[in-house]
Amino acid sequence: MQVELQHISKRFGPVQANDDVSVTIAAGSIHGLLGENGAGKSTLVKILSGFITHDRGEILLNGKSIPIQTPAEAIRRGIGMLHQDPLDFPPLTVLDNFMMGKTGGLFLNARTALREFRDLAAQFNFRLDGQAQLSELTVGERQQVEILRLLSLGVNTLVLDEPTTGISASQKTALFEAMKQLAAQGKSVIFVSHKLEDVEELCDRVTVMRQGQVAGHLDIIRPIPPDLATRLVDLMFGRELSMPAKPATFQEETALEFQGISLKTDRLTLTVDRLTVRRGEVIGLAGLEGSGQQLLLQLCAGLLHPVQGQLKIEGTEMAHKPYQAFLDAGVSYVPADRLKEGLIRGLSIQEHVALRHPNPGFLIDWREITKLAQQAIGTFSIRGRPSTLVERLSGGNQQRTQLALMPVPLTLLLMEHPTRGLDIESTLWVWQQLIARCETGTTILFISSDLDEIVQYSDRVMVFSGGRMSDPIPVQALTADKLGQMIGGRFE
Amino acid sequence: MDLNQFLTILATAIAAATPLIFACIGETITERAGVINLSAEGTILLGAMTGFAIAKTTNSLLLGFAGAALVGGLIALIVAFGSLTLKQSQVAIGFVLALLCGDLSSFLGNPFVRIPGPTIPSFKIPLLQEIPILGPLLFQSDLLVYLSYLLIIGTWIFFYRTRHGLMLRAIGEQPEAAFARGQNVLWMHYLYLLIGGALMGFAGAAFSLDFKAGWSHRHTAGYGWIALAIVIFGGWNPVRVALGAYLFSILQSLASVAQSALPDIPTQVLTVAPFVLMIFVLVLTSSEWLDRLLSRLPTSLRRVLTQAIRSTPPAALGRAFEQD
Amino acid sequence: MPRAMYQAGSLGLALVFLSGLVLLAGASPLNVMLSLWSGAFGTLDQFARVLATLAPLMLCSCGLIFTFAAGLYNLGIEGQVMLGAIGTTLALRVFEPMLPAPLVILMGLGLGALAGVLWGLFAGVLKIYGRINEIFAGLGLNFMAQGLALYLIFGPWKRPGIASMSGTELFNESLWLGTIGKTEASPIALLLGIVSVVVTILVIRGTHFGLQLRAVGHNLRASYVLGIPAVNRLLGSFALCGAFAGIAGALQVLAVFHRLIPNISSNLGFLALLVVMLINFDPLWIVPVSFFFSALNIGSLQLPLSLNLESSLAGVIQGTIVLFALFGQGLARNFKNEEMKG
Repeated sequence: MQVELQHISKRFGPVQANDDVSVTIAAGSIHGLLGENGAGKSTLVKILSGFITHDRGEILLNGKSIPIQTPAEAIRRGIGMLHQDPLDFPPLTVLDNFMMGKTGGLFLNARTALREFRDLAAQFNFRLDGQAQLSELTVGERQQVEILRLLSLGVNTLVLDEPTTGISASQKTALFEAMKQLAAQGKSVIFVSHKLEDVEELCDRVTVMRQGQVAGHLDIIRPIPPDLATRLVDLMFGRELSMPAKPATFQEETALEFQGISLKTDRLTLTVDRLTVRRGEVIGLAGLEGSGQQLLLQLCAGLLHPVQGQLKIEGTEMAHKPYQAFLDAGVSYVPADRLKEGLIRGLSIQEHVALRHPNPGFLIDWREITKLAQQAIGTFSIRGRPSTLVERLSGGNQQRTQLALMPVPLTLLLMEHPTRGLDIESTLWVWQQLIARCETGTTILFISSDLDEIVQYSDRVMVFSGGRMSDPIPVQALTADKLGQMIGGRFE
Repeated sequence: MDLNQFLTILATAIAAATPLIFACIGETITERAGVINLSAEGTILLGAMTGFAIAKTTNSLLLGFAGAALVGGLIALIVAFGSLTLKQSQVAIGFVLALLCGDLSSFLGNPFVRIPGPTIPSFKIPLLQEIPILGPLLFQSDLLVYLSYLLIIGTWIFFYRTRHGLMLRAIGEQPEAAFARGQNVLWMHYLYLLIGGALMGFAGAAFSLDFKAGWSHRHTAGYGWIALAIVIFGGWNPVRVALGAYLFSILQSLASVAQSALPDIPTQVLTVAPFVLMIFVLVLTSSEWLDRLLSRLPTSLRRVLTQAIRSTPPAALGRAFEQD
Repeated sequence: MPRAMYQAGSLGLALVFLSGLVLLAGASPLNVMLSLWSGAFGTLDQFARVLATLAPLMLCSCGLIFTFAAGLYNLGIEGQVMLGAIGTTLALRVFEPMLPAPLVILMGLGLGALAGVLWGLFAGVLKIYGRINEIFAGLGLNFMAQGLALYLIFGPWKRPGIASMSGTELFNESLWLGTIGKTEASPIALLLGIVSVVVTILVIRGTHFGLQLRAVGHNLRASYVLGIPAVNRLLGSFALCGAFAGIAGALQVLAVFHRLIPNISSNLGFLALLVVMLINFDPLWIVPVSFFFSALNIGSLQLPLSLNLESSLAGVIQGTIVLFALFGQGLARNFKNEEMKG
């Protein structure tokens, strides 16, 4: 089926996620959709598969305009989407998941379904046990179940959102073989990814998106021309990077030291052989969201514990100490989701100040706390009163509040997206504060999806891709091309 | 005690568990869809009262049961509207209704206290009742008891062998994913709350029109709370839940038998013993220790055993679902 | 529309519903109101009884403020009251022969509180380490407490000769809490109730402990990230609630029944849950609402005599008001959300 998206626009509040996007996917082709964080590729495929309704534009299937409002409708029209985090039912069995949503009579026909499941699995060389509980499976296997399910529902356009993150090499091979087989059968595959290598290996044509718009289309001709990666990176980032703007703040002493650390989640395995960070240094962690940066931060914060290895903060072994020991050592973690993990909805600024009081007695001295809160509001220019509930503050002011709550002095500061959602003025101001902290010897590790921010404010940069991690690179040695290629999974 | 005596005790216990079966299965259906209806205690009381009052006034058992089911459904509707539409806490609304409906049953049921009324006649199933042991155990009571057997089996088939049952379980686990597969989750929550509530109201009538044969204040006190515990005890699986209800009932009748053997322990204590046992088993079956033990077993054995003893609540139980 | 409007509206609707109900039962709402009033405040004795109910109700409500602050539904409070009563009875029986009466009473209160704390912690441990929802753990523990009380009343502590539902033998009058005149109201009990409300307001609003409890209740994860010892605080709220409930149970023995009876808690724990839900967890309102609910409880006792109505109307009124209030809150919030969207 030929799928055409014409002049699609979608706005979320102030963010224009898709701006007049037009893409045509030919029947029987594998079409790559490439772009950095927030380029709008996920929004676009979610519109196509009915999870998000679009503001303007139309969807044409085989040349006919079809309004798609819900995921169920998309599937009826033959469009199925495989989400990055599988939308399935882990407590149920594989077969239950496979049968779910199929139409038919009142009773389930488990035997027929199992036979169909096995036939389909055999066709794609997927080794799956229909009776197993889904929660026993790896992410890669859950993906396979989901693909088989969509195919059995008669889907002829398959959308895959970052499918190669967190799956093994052999699963990736099986997945790619299956995609090629589907294309050969005349089905269309839309492959959303940020990995250059995967796109080069698999896709017939690729559309690159940047800031909600189409940056360009490229046909991929095999053999792959040597300059393809550079051209793709150019389209993805499309500009020179900003100049480094941070004064040198690091000292000679080692603040943070990793040795043979490994950490496993059900998605990623993160290993850090050896890494030392100096006191006062700022390390930027780049890469697509969910590539392992957050694991590293939570590891440093004491919120996750490594399977093995050593983690030293200011020379003290911390790897298996409780979270409280990290707090006592002057480690502070500032999460991205401010109202979910950072601040407490329902409490006011001054109540947060009281919660962070370094030596709480029994009674709260509200007069002192209010004074402290007022000071913080003044110093950090927070638009609010001491009694303002944090959820009433704007995003920028919530971030200022988080900064105000950080203890002094601080050994290690771990931040996710320090300036996300902030205006330029606030961004500059936040970094001023952070650099001032570094000058007093605080070491900062921060995640950002804004490459300019990474380049401007880091001393060294580490790039993450699918749980792999580059060595720290001095920011002066970075080029846009190199950074883009590494984010795309090419570490040389 | 000879075999016949023993069988009689057991048969009485099994029959006496019937109202509890209706209530427990009702709550199982609701909770499996992801909603807690905490009003069971009040629903059963009010169902018992209305069922008896209607049957007494109209002299129709059928209308009595229907009225009780309707009342149960109405209470569930209040829970549904308050918690699903108005987004208030399911626990708060359910709890208030548990108390309110209990008091309401006493207040409105005053004229019907301790008067004779219609009861379900006993009915022995021909042929089946003559099977040795099983016959006297299961097939010499009345229609309501047989209906409860059908309910247990029917619910099990519905859960595990039908399309809608699969979707019901799915909604209780991952409503977001079920929505993605074209389900109207809110509507389903309403539906299964209503069905479960109707069954609980029906359970009340089963008390007053059959096993307790009549109505008086607080006649079924405690059964609603224990029904909630039995559902957990049974791991949200209708057959296991039913077994839990039978076990509870058998323990209760054994308590009165044990009385003669253990004269030092007062009867009243033994009637509470099953509750204590339930809690104990609950602790055991939901502990991490059991998980660790199970994870060491070979796959096939582990799957069977997990099904049989582990109590994992539906993942989305009690969590409010936002459709968009 | 401001929230107060919704609250007034829901109260009005509750009254309309209740009037309809009373009419259905064949009585006039006005007569019921008059009868309730005279039942609660008609004589000094009756008023004193309202006060006697008020004290343990306030104590239970105070306890629940702490568990609700930490985001917990402590349905086990009934059991905590019962255990408190059992602890007190034990203390009285053990120490009566050896200590002077005031000290025995003091020991009774102390042991009652301690027993309540232990029972509260039991629920907390089941919740945190046994992964059992506190609602079900609490309900189960209520049954266990009930079983224990029955066992003691019919077993080791039975009255010489006959064991019966009427409870253990009456304690010596020297072990009764002093009352105002010959009424049932005990100034000490009332004082304990008032003090507990003051302490609750103080702890919730003015201490780091109280603030941390609220933080944990609002957002467990963020509290943990901010460095609050969350498990410790959850257990602390269970223990505190148990302590207040235990003292309430002690008062039931020392000031109201002067013995242990099977229904020693008089369902005051559950009633307190309604109180706290109605006041939206704001401790300032404990006193008036508890007073109102106590007056209803006592006032309704006259209904069977005066109007031939069942006394459970009190519970119906209390439940209805709380239910409609919950609905009012829900409507108010939905309306606000609509407004923000539009």
